[in-house]
Amino acid sequence: MDAMQYEAPGSVDEAVALLAAADGAAWVLAGGTDLLVQLRADLIEPGLVVDIKGISELRAITPENGGFRIGAAVTGAELGEHEGVKAVWPGVVEAMELIGSVQIQGRATLGGNLCNASPAADSVPALIAAEALCSVVGPKGRREVAVAEVATGPGETSLGPGEIVVDILLPERPARAADAYLRFIPRTEMDIAVVGVAVSLVLDERGVCAQARVALGAVAPRALLVPEAAAALIGGTVDDDALERLAAAARAACRPIDDMRGTVAYRTKVAGVLARRAAGIALARARSE
Amino acid sequence: MTKVEIVLTVNGEQYPIKVEPRRTLADALRDDCGLTGTHLGCEHGVCGACTVLVDDQPLRACLGFAVQFEGAPIRTVEGLADGDRLHPLQQAFWDHHGLQCGYCTPGFLMLAVGALEHNPDIDDEALKRVLSSNLCRCTGYQNILKAVRAAATALKR
Ligand SMILES: Cc1cc2nc3c(=O)[nH]c(=O)nc-3n(C[C@H](O)[C@H](O)[C@H](O)COP(=O)(O)OP(=O)(O)OC[C@H]3O[C@@H](n4cnc5c(N)ncnc54)[C@H](O)[C@@H]3O)c2cc1C
Ligand code: FES
Ligand code: FES
Repeated sequence: MDAMQYEAPGSVDEAVALLAAADGAAWVLAGGTDLLVQLRADLIEPGLVVDIKGISELRAITPENGGFRIGAAVTGAELGEHEGVKAVWPGVVEAMELIGSVQIQGRATLGGNLCNASPAADSVPALIAAEALCSVVGPKGRREVAVAEVATGPGETSLGPGEIVVDILLPERPARAADAYLRFIPRTEMDIAVVGVAVSLVLDERGVCAQARVALGAVAPRALLVPEAAAALIGGTVDDDALERLAAAARAACRPIDDMRGTVAYRTKVAGVLARRAAGIALARARSE
Repeated sequence: MTKVEIVLTVNGEQYPIKVEPRRTLADALRDDCGLTGTHLGCEHGVCGACTVLVDDQPLRACLGFAVQFEGAPIRTVEGLADGDRLHPLQQAFWDHHGLQCGYCTPGFLMLAVGALEHNPDIDDEALKRVLSSNLCRCTGYQNILKAVRAAATALKR
């Protein structure tokens, strides 16, 4: 139990080599805000932790073809201070900024939120709605994978042995495009979402919704893309009728659990309400572009 | 049990210690450096009692391994007072009854010192948002808020 080793490599290749050699007993350490809690609770027992915060390429936010490549170890606080990302993807930034308090914000990373694979992770629905792509590097080289494919269930990911997420690509946006994320938690802070909803949409020059993506968090074993909910928005001006159909589709997609934070009926109802509100915020943002 | 030798820099002083890699910064400060001013409440990152400043940023010392912080300037509550003279923020907590049992106080002090150094003109809304990071079971928070406000004024003088 006390045999845990700690390494802080300076490059992705070194990190991958360390992880691959450790034969499944190694864990990536980013901000540690999930990992240390799990370690202390004896949920995990790493033989090795590989701290990736010292790898400079994982800490960078780089503009790329009108979008942004965000290093997996970028923190919520760093993302929140980036005016460029905030202007183009306000919903992704607001989702990440909801994570924890100031002390957590300075540590918690986008990659950690994704790879921890909590069904309630706040940034994940926003990244899915944004159609973000992850770069994954492992012993067999580099591959790209849609954010929606990373988590496979609570605490489970599709990452192979030795693989790490190195960055997340937020694509370019056309004019009149915006996104928004809302969550509902029983307390105002430092609790996990009962429901999270992300809406991303693009309007044409007449104000008709040309594209939309809607994703839900905390209502299923992993965050869900809900194409039926997006379909309710596309082709119209996002009027009240469309918003009601959106809410109905969001409710229909829910497969939540009953727990102390909310019953199935409650979570389902809240999903509809939040979907409407998030769409309203995204719409207002897209119109003001 | 393989221990590693590291040197922590706390309140400007060097502490050469030998720790297991899984030792948290909070445990290392308290048990290896003997700096027991940093308190531990939940040990799960929720309560903020263990807040210290690293690179002048507030950090929950229960959520980091000591080995991660070699070379980084760490500040704890022991570094606030100047000999017997309390730091203006400590004085303000005293004057405004910002503590009762005092368990949460070191964490609140470090959180607030960090916030005031970062933005001496912090407004009430922002200050409330920062202070809502930590838990206090005694005071009801109002006196903590008052104390930090008073300290903000005192520090600008
Ligand atoms: C008080 C408190 C409040 C919180 N509030 C919220 C909240 O409101 N919303 C929310 O969503 N979460 C919340 N969290 C959970 C946590 O802070 C977030 O999930 C955070 O984003 C995790 O990031 P990290 O960098 O700290 O991850 P770590 O703890 O370092 O890592 C998490 C997991 O991901 C793996 N990992 C990390 N980075 C990579 C990578 N690049 N490649 C492969 N695997 C990787 C690690 O091995 C580990 O299994 C809270 C936690 C605490 C303690
Ligand atoms: S003891 Fe560290 S946050 Fe509670
Ligand atoms: S003074 Fe007792 S917990 Fe805050």
